[in-house]
Amino acid sequence: MAVVFQKTKGLTDKQFHYCPGCTHGIIHRLVAEVLEELGLLDDAIGVAPVGCAVFCYDYFSCDMQEAAHGRAPAVATGIKRVNPKSAVFTYQGDGDLASIGAAEIVHASMRGEKFTTIFVNNAIYGMTGGQMAPTTLVGQKATTAPYGRNEDLAGMPLRVSEMLATIPKAVFVERVSVHDIPNINKAKKAIKKAFEIQMKGLGFTFVEILSTCPTNWGKTPLESLKWLQENMIPYFPLGNFRNVEEVK
Amino acid sequence: MAKELWKGNEAIAEAAIKAGCKFFFGYPITPQNEIPEYMAMRMPQIEGAAFVQAESEVAAINMVYGGAGSGARVMTSSSSPGISLKQEGITYIAGAELPCVIVNIVRGGPGLGGIQPAQSDYFQATKGGGHGDYRLLVLAPSSVQEAVDLTQEAFDMADQYRNPVMIMGDGMIGQMMEPVEFTDVPKRNLPEKTWATTGTKGKREHNVINSLFIDPAACEKHNIHLFEKYAEMEKNEVRVEEYNMDGAEIVFVAYGTTARIVKNAIATLGKEGIKAGLIRPITLWPYPSKTVEAAAAKANVKAFLTVEMSMGQMVEDVRLAVNGAKPVHFYGRTGGMVPTPAAIVAEAKKVLGGAK
Ligand SMILES: Cc1ncc(C[n+]2csc(CCOP(=O)(O)OP(=O)(O)O)c2C)c(N)n1
Ligand code: SF4
Repeated sequence: MAVVFQKTKGLTDKQFHYCPGCTHGIIHRLVAEVLEELGLLDDAIGVAPVGCAVFCYDYFSCDMQEAAHGRAPAVATGIKRVNPKSAVFTYQGDGDLASIGAAEIVHASMRGEKFTTIFVNNAIYGMTGGQMAPTTLVGQKATTAPYGRNEDLAGMPLRVSEMLATIPKAVFVERVSVHDIPNINKAKKAIKKAFEIQMKGLGFTFVEILSTCPTNWGKTPLESLKWLQENMIPYFPLGNFRNVEEVK
Repeated sequence: MAKELWKGNEAIAEAAIKAGCKFFFGYPITPQNEIPEYMAMRMPQIEGAAFVQAESEVAAINMVYGGAGSGARVMTSSSSPGISLKQEGITYIAGAELPCVIVNIVRGGPGLGGIQPAQSDYFQATKGGGHGDYRLLVLAPSSVQEAVDLTQEAFDMADQYRNPVMIMGDGMIGQMMEPVEFTDVPKRNLPEKTWATTGTKGKREHNVINSLFIDPAACEKHNIHLFEKYAEMEKNEVRVEEYNMDGAEIVFVAYGTTARIVKNAIATLGKEGIKAGLIRPITLWPYPSKTVEAAAAKANVKAFLTVEMSMGQMVEDVRLAVNGAKPVHFYGRTGGMVPTPAAIVAEAKKVLGGAK
């Protein structure tokens, strides 16, 4: 029988712990497939966040380090300086990256550290049980915003891709989504581009991926995909914000 | 090599390079700025090396985590407020068992404190400044030469135990110039870093650098493993200088800069016919408790006087070691004030008067 689909070598056999319908799993697969397709697995070193993806060090088959909450870009800086030829990436949630680790991501971009950040934006703190994130939408309910995010008190959600795109050495910045097949395919393309540019040594590369959290959004997996499309995308528009290869 | 005049901070930086440190991550803070400045000058001259001025001490220590996890010899340095910020990273490094060297050129505290020499970070360094059960090897040089020798050895110690090592100086050690000879300290027999993340090269299972043990039984087991390692350090690494201890009536306990001043006071007391000795811990952790305990058991020793540039921190370890056998007194200046030999002499006389 012909093999039509096979699990990528970029993932171990360890079973994911993610909730049913959570799109973290899809994103893991895309990153792992890209590493395999680009022939980077043997040289790749990833950094796991603190957040629902904390155990991704058990899922990716390449070398991994587990960072303190928000510090993955600093850890990746240390790794890449020691292993300049390796493909280095961080995998971070929105609490990890846009809140506690805001300084680390901005300055890794500023220095143009030659690694790739996979930023999983699910508009909530998943792991700790649904608290408000910097990316929580105005009016969206969270356990620490029980009446919905109030923009007068908590401000407006941070658009990280737009912000990082203003930094000269952030040479590839794109926001994608994984709510349907065409978008999953586009997400994979963006991840691939980011790693290719990293390996050319051109600067810091960043892919923001809109993702679901059915558990803490209080929705079914299908409702979550729809909610992402109808509520997140209007505020977090998809698209490329920076691509050094297209800047002439 | 002939002796050369070196400033403490720069000498520590050069010693690290001689020990094979190729990566330095730091953030400016007085009185240790000469360390990152020297590294910024030297690292670009060394193939494959890097200096990074981090955005904060928090970032710097996490860069150390990443670099150390990749098997390189890495260092960071700071002074008290910056070392407070590094505590999160230090406990992760201890938990993940990564070797690295952290320099603290201590200044007055608490808060922003001051920029003059102090020893008020003793608790933070020796009792675990971050969360969880862990220990650092803490080395306290009392001259620039000793700082150079200890810095070189610190990298071997770190690699041997897969544990962070702290060089605890103070503003005086960092800022003063003294003649130094960069001798080669004996190299230890070190295991290969088979655990480092350098890419699997398709030849082995993936390596994971991690301090998370979500199963409590596994987490306890990890702690027990760490403490077996710490017991080894306590067995092998205690270092202490005993000075003028024969027949001493009063025993000073002091480290770093303070120990030098105490030696002056001992000379003055000697001229006045008072026999005084000094126990100078070189390792603040593991602490030379046995040396202190043995001194307390001697009939000629009437009392201990601990002298620190703090409100009294190490004195607690002296009291624990003396365990009530003899009175333990304390004299300290703090906030950047340095005790004078005359004040120490007066304090010793007061103690002996009271002990008679
Ligand atoms: C210093 C520190 N503060 C807080 C926490 C608790 N904590 C763990 S995960 C998390 C938020 C994770 O949310 P996010 O980054 O959005 O990832 P997600 O779980 O949604 O994938 C927090 C606050 C921690 N582990 N460390
Ligand atoms: S809590 Fe949310 S983000 Fe975390 S695994 Fe479950 S669905 Fe995914």
